[in-house]
Amino acid sequence: MCLAIPGRIIEVVDEELRLALVDVAGVRRRVNVGLLDSEERPACVGDWVLIHVGFAISRIDEEEAAATLGLLRGMGEDFEQELEELKASVIE
Amino acid sequence: MKFVDEFRDRGLGRVLAGEIAEAVEPGRHVKVMEVCGGHTHSIYKYGVDDLLPENVELVHGPGCPVCVIPMGRVDDAIALAHHPGVIFTCFGDMIRVPGSNGSLLEAKAAGADIRIVYSPLDALRIAKADPEREVVFFAIGFETTAPSTALTLLRARQEGVKNFSCFCNHVTIVPPLRALLESPDLRLDGFVGPGHVATVVGARPFEFIPDDYGKPVVVSGFEPVDILQSVLMVLRQLSDGRCAVENQYKRVVPYDGNGAALKAMTEVFALRPHFEWRGLGFISQSGLRISDAFADLDAELRFEVPGVRVADPKACQCGEVLKGVIRPWECKVFGTACTPERPIGTCMVSSEGACAAYYNYGRFARDREVV
Ligand code: SF4
Repeated sequence: MCLAIPGRIIEVVDEELRLALVDVAGVRRRVNVGLLDSEERPACVGDWVLIHVGFAISRIDEEEAAATLGLLRGMGEDFEQELEELKASVIE
Repeated sequence: MKFVDEFRDRGLGRVLAGEIAEAVEPGRHVKVMEVCGGHTHSIYKYGVDDLLPENVELVHGPGCPVCVIPMGRVDDAIALAHHPGVIFTCFGDMIRVPGSNGSLLEAKAAGADIRIVYSPLDALRIAKADPEREVVFFAIGFETTAPSTALTLLRARQEGVKNFSCFCNHVTIVPPLRALLESPDLRLDGFVGPGHVATVVGARPFEFIPDDYGKPVVVSGFEPVDILQSVLMVLRQLSDGRCAVENQYKRVVPYDGNGAALKAMTEVFALRPHFEWRGLGFISQSGLRISDAFADLDAELRFEVPGVRVADPKACQCGEVLKGVIRPWECKVFGTACTPERPIGTCMVSSEGACAAYYNYGRFARDREVV
């Protein structure tokens, strides 16, 4: 029950009750987005959010996600290159 | 799925495993505790531990909310469920948790009206649909879940729902970590910090770990690549001789947490002077109750609960598992008398419990000696 899954806001259905329709891997459900209210802007259509027990508990920052992956992929390239160089070496 | 598949990339996992093998000092055995049950679940589901070198050991921590509910509280829940006219609602993983005299599942079979809900808002909806009945929600969880209960109670108040109340068992993560760090049983080199708790409280509350205990903490996401990267970040701190709070899960975790969530929690909850944890005993200021301003929505005040403290069953070693002192398969009843179908201890119930994670993913890695 402590798991949380990412979904994308499709529509804000009730401004007052803070309900939004989200798409989670093709499944559409209503979630409460009231916990995002303190952020610099309220939840908007198109936002990626992390959903836990029916509430969006956080917005997912696409730039940060891309930065993390970019860093890791960079590491991956170094690794592949190292591997290629290793393969090319013939130490006798 | 976006933000999931990319972080399950096998290639990246392999690269990270290589970096980890390089980062750990030769001849050193490093123990890193993953605090959160969600991490434990991912580690066994994706075989993250298989990618780690022999001398990097992941120790499972106390962050599985279902696992830490003591027997006496389950008995109280069952007593509430048997109250005439009550509809008792709980998350799916609570239903099999054993109390001293059976589980909620058995109470349901004996006629209590117990319903599984996905969200506390589902429980509120049931209350609104059936105003003649009293609906009680069994609230459990760390700071990840507590704000959702808080918002639900705020909404119940706002809508004037009179037949809804909450049996509050929310707990906070810092006190048990401090208790663990104070315990002489365990030698840990660093922590993979609980990412979802941190979305609410932020990464800042974990600063006491480097400040007071000189150990690194990396707040981590939940996909296999996240966990591997976090382990690597812990190892790098160790080899650099540093200790700090680092945030691997920046895409989700703001360093200072979620203001709206914290505000709702302060409004609706108050700290209990102490709260009992399964296997860990009483820990000061570690549990939340409903605040005085919301006392009318507190099921413990609205109904009689026995409130009796019950000792854990003799055979159960959940406390040692929750503290990371033993590995799940080292418990004498693991997989024999204690299975997910017939659990003796709580760690075998929720998919985030270390015993259930081992059992469900068939990872009986007994050959990996604990040093
Ligand atoms: S096997 Fe069962 S009793 Fe033993 S520690 Fe795990 S959950 Fe507890």
